[in-house]
Amino acid sequence: MSQPSVGGASIGQWSAAGMIDGRRRTGIVAIGALVVLIALPWIAASSGHAALTLLVTRMMIYGLAAVSLDLILGIGGMISFGHAAYFGLGAYVVGILAYHSGAGEPMFGVLPGSNLVVIAWPAALIISALVALVLGALCLRTEGVSFIMITLAFAQVLYFFFVSLKFYGGDDGLILRGRNVVSEYDLRNPILFYYICFGLLAAFVATCRRLLDSRFGQIVQGACQNERRMAAIGVSTYRYKLACFTIAGGAAGLAGALMANYARFVSPDLMHWTESGQLMVMVVLGGVGTLFGPILGAILVVGLETTLTSLTEHWKFILGPVLVLAVLFTRGGLWRLLTGQSRAFNQ
Amino acid sequence: MLWALLWERLRGMVAGAAFLHFRKLKGNSTMRNSIVLSVFATALFAHLAIAQNEVRIGMITTLSGPAGYLGEDVRDGFQLAVDEENGKLGGIPVRTLVEDDGLKPGQGKEIANRFLGTEKVKVLTGFIFSNVLAAVAPDAFEAGAFVISPNAGPSNFAGKDCNKLYFVTSWQNDAVFEAAGQNATNLGKKRGYVLAPNYQAGKDAIAGFKRFFKGEIVGETYTRLDQTDFGPEMAQIRAANPDAVFQFHPGGLGITFIKQYVQAGLQDTPMFVGGSGLDRRILTAVGQAAQGVNITSQWNADFDNPASRAFVAAFETKYKRVPDSYASQGYDTARLLASALKAVHGDLSNSDSLRQALLKADFVSVRGAFRFARNQHPIQDLYALRAMKDASGALDIKTIGKVLSDHTDAYGAACNL
Amino acid sequence: MLALEQILNGLQFGVMLFLLSAGLTLVFGVMGLLNLAQGSLYMIGAYAAAYAGARTGSFIAGILAGITAAAAVGMLTEYLVLRRLYSRSHLDQVLATYGLILFFNEGITILFGRQPLYVDIPASLNGAIQLATGLSYSTYRLVIIAVGLLVGIGLYVLIGHTRLGMLVRAGATHREILRAMGTRIRLIYTIVFGLGALLAGLAGAMAGPVSAVQVGMGEQILILTFVVVIIGGLGSVRGAVLGAILVGVVDTLTRVYLPVLLKTLMSNASADAIGGGLSSMGVYLLMALVLLCRPRGLLAGSV
Repeated sequence: MSQPSVGGASIGQWSAAGMIDGRRRTGIVAIGALVVLIALPWIAASSGHAALTLLVTRMMIYGLAAVSLDLILGIGGMISFGHAAYFGLGAYVVGILAYHSGAGEPMFGVLPGSNLVVIAWPAALIISALVALVLGALCLRTEGVSFIMITLAFAQVLYFFFVSLKFYGGDDGLILRGRNVVSEYDLRNPILFYYICFGLLAAFVATCRRLLDSRFGQIVQGACQNERRMAAIGVSTYRYKLACFTIAGGAAGLAGALMANYARFVSPDLMHWTESGQLMVMVVLGGVGTLFGPILGAILVVGLETTLTSLTEHWKFILGPVLVLAVLFTRGGLWRLLTGQSRAFNQ
Repeated sequence: MLWALLWERLRGMVAGAAFLHFRKLKGNSTMRNSIVLSVFATALFAHLAIAQNEVRIGMITTLSGPAGYLGEDVRDGFQLAVDEENGKLGGIPVRTLVEDDGLKPGQGKEIANRFLGTEKVKVLTGFIFSNVLAAVAPDAFEAGAFVISPNAGPSNFAGKDCNKLYFVTSWQNDAVFEAAGQNATNLGKKRGYVLAPNYQAGKDAIAGFKRFFKGEIVGETYTRLDQTDFGPEMAQIRAANPDAVFQFHPGGLGITFIKQYVQAGLQDTPMFVGGSGLDRRILTAVGQAAQGVNITSQWNADFDNPASRAFVAAFETKYKRVPDSYASQGYDTARLLASALKAVHGDLSNSDSLRQALLKADFVSVRGAFRFARNQHPIQDLYALRAMKDASGALDIKTIGKVLSDHTDAYGAACNL
Repeated sequence: MLALEQILNGLQFGVMLFLLSAGLTLVFGVMGLLNLAQGSLYMIGAYAAAYAGARTGSFIAGILAGITAAAAVGMLTEYLVLRRLYSRSHLDQVLATYGLILFFNEGITILFGRQPLYVDIPASLNGAIQLATGLSYSTYRLVIIAVGLLVGIGLYVLIGHTRLGMLVRAGATHREILRAMGTRIRLIYTIVFGLGALLAGLAGAMAGPVSAVQVGMGEQILILTFVVVIIGGLGSVRGAVLGAILVGVVDTLTRVYLPVLLKTLMSNASADAIGGGLSSMGVYLLMALVLLCRPRGLLAGSV
């Protein structure tokens, strides 16, 4: 079975000078992006484009989902075509809890609903992670094309399951009355919500970096590059890959929880395979395996979608070939373009 | 629309800046520079000033997919009324922002957020499908904006979820189907088989038919909104042996259904549909297969009152096609808005006065008698139509007779307005 | 009798799936390419057939146009884009062909607009045939089943008894050696891809009268096509036959009878919704089951 190529730069290709220069550029780009993101709500408000804050919030939510996909796709080398399932699942956890809290009647007559961040968001994360654990345990028994298809299959199963749940809206989706609350702070304040999303995204990326540096991360990356070699030195890659898959699923679920709050609307469309495809596009355009790249990818895709729709309704006619060209002729995506690095920057 | 405006302004600004820069390079004349600058500035702000006097109407409608022509019809009917007054309604300048919801509630919500937030729209209209309406309406109410639906009329908003800001100008969803049930009963049918897609409007349709059909229901099937093959359903119908089949499948779904109905050899069992089940587009696409289908609707192009005749003539002249009832609904919505805007002199700041003005329904509807019930849904007459050959042998939709008079909906009692 | 009719419906659906999946599995077996754009070729075939049929008034002309258009577009795309992907990772293939889907969908929208096209069954094929007492079945759908049978036989002859078929079989099991054989191989690849595209176009052209020709029709059936191919075994045409029949019949029967079963337990609307959801899930669960027991599919290894 062919190993996925995920950027393709091996250590030997970098000269010492090149590596330092790359690191510096990476640092500059990363810090620059950080500053822009932190200052954005202020910039947006003062220039009269308050809607920009909302837009970038959405970009960051998708960025979180995309980074979680990069963890398994780029770092772990597992091509999951069903990642949006966890995204949608997290959103539905929040939605269902909010529904029961609003309607006053508990779930199955026993579990009360909840509108609190401190309950809903961890619930979304944990439930998505658990489902990822179960499904991952099954899917990781296959590899290559079968793995792609089986992850797709399970995502579709979840999609159709939620479509059939007429009680929670089915195809029409579930409307959330408001956003989750943290003690007395209602997250309806767009700026507060923006910073929360930003904080979570930054925290997750930092966590991933720590993970990569650790033994755990080294094993996963090793498994991606050459599975046989890892087995030869006595490491059971299955367990590490599964752990990776679970963490990614949980993070995607958290992103879903944020999305449910942002749109105040959840529908099975969030888990459709085309959503998974879109996440993959974000990862690839941004830079597979770079962890930061997918954030850029998310910004690019969401930005394109929003601006191009008003210019021409046929924007996908351009996006399609752009994607094809990007796949054929670039390696490392946007991140590589900006920083010269095509892997997460401690390699 | 707004982006085009901004783009123009931006171009103007950039051109102006470049021009000034070029000028500066060439040397002196700060006087000339400031004149140029002030010209650009004035143009900019004049734009803004003009923009602020007009009333912005947000039209969120379905323009793509098999049901896309419904949105097109509503949009065209609405626009006809605006064009008749040269860009005004009731003497007040209006600007209609039209966007496609793609039959996706999530997409409709995104558009609504933009309309209500960035564009500060106070009136939303255009809704074709109930599921999109259901996703958008709560946001509109929260923003204090009016929702005037020209097509979708789900039952919950007619009853317990009714709202001061919510008006429907077409019908409550069940209405034409209640009329269909009455029509079938009038024609002596005793065994009915009913089908509709599995969403709120579909369920309302079947509920409405059952409410007024006095015969026995021998089969009830809920299809999918993305279904293209009804072979299995045809087999089930045949097995149940009804003497009347009622189906509600809007747009392209209806075309496919009627064609496959005849292909399956079921054409001897009369079909009953609501107005949207067989409109002129479906008739054109389906051809002879539609012959004999019984339709119930609140309007048809052959209505004899002056307003209707004028509307049909104007529509045919402008758009080169005979209008469907959706176009008449769009037109009536615009005329209703016109009457209300005139009454409040274009001032939308007091929602109560706008609401009172709308409730009066002080306009001439193309369907004849029109007034609002307490739950802000129409009270109107419903007619039986049939697809049959006219004098020249071509298939047309002809009005047969009235089925229900002064019909109101079954949910109004639960509304607290 | 109703059950028999539904089984025939399932077979007819299975034939459509087979036509699409045969191409998909051939292309994967011989070239190692995972082609998401197969659904787009189906759509192109349907649109070309609808357009040509409407312009000439001849159904046969429509079918020929559909086949030709799909094969032409397929081979052109293979030549320009897809052949660069044969040696790339599956991720790259998936993403590039996904980009092609976007391109084709919008392209068709630009050419034909967003309204679906409606194709009529030719008068000669309209109506029903009495198969047995109490069972009359639509003539057109029977024709579809017959076409599927013919194509199946044709492929069997092609793969088992011709030189091209020999190369296909070789490619399915010893791809590297085949590649090492020289430049003629490129032509073979293009022809194989063209054949797959042709079959997809045929499916699309035939699907026109029984469904609506609209943008995105390819994606609806694409997922099921992949399920068929995976169940049958990547690279195996026989597997595609088996998988298509399995999926077609299972999907149709569960779609019809599951709601009936559920209606005894709950309201009609809920039964139809849950039944619809469960039956859609059913096919995927079937695929997952097959993959867990036979990770390479039921008939993998045999072309």
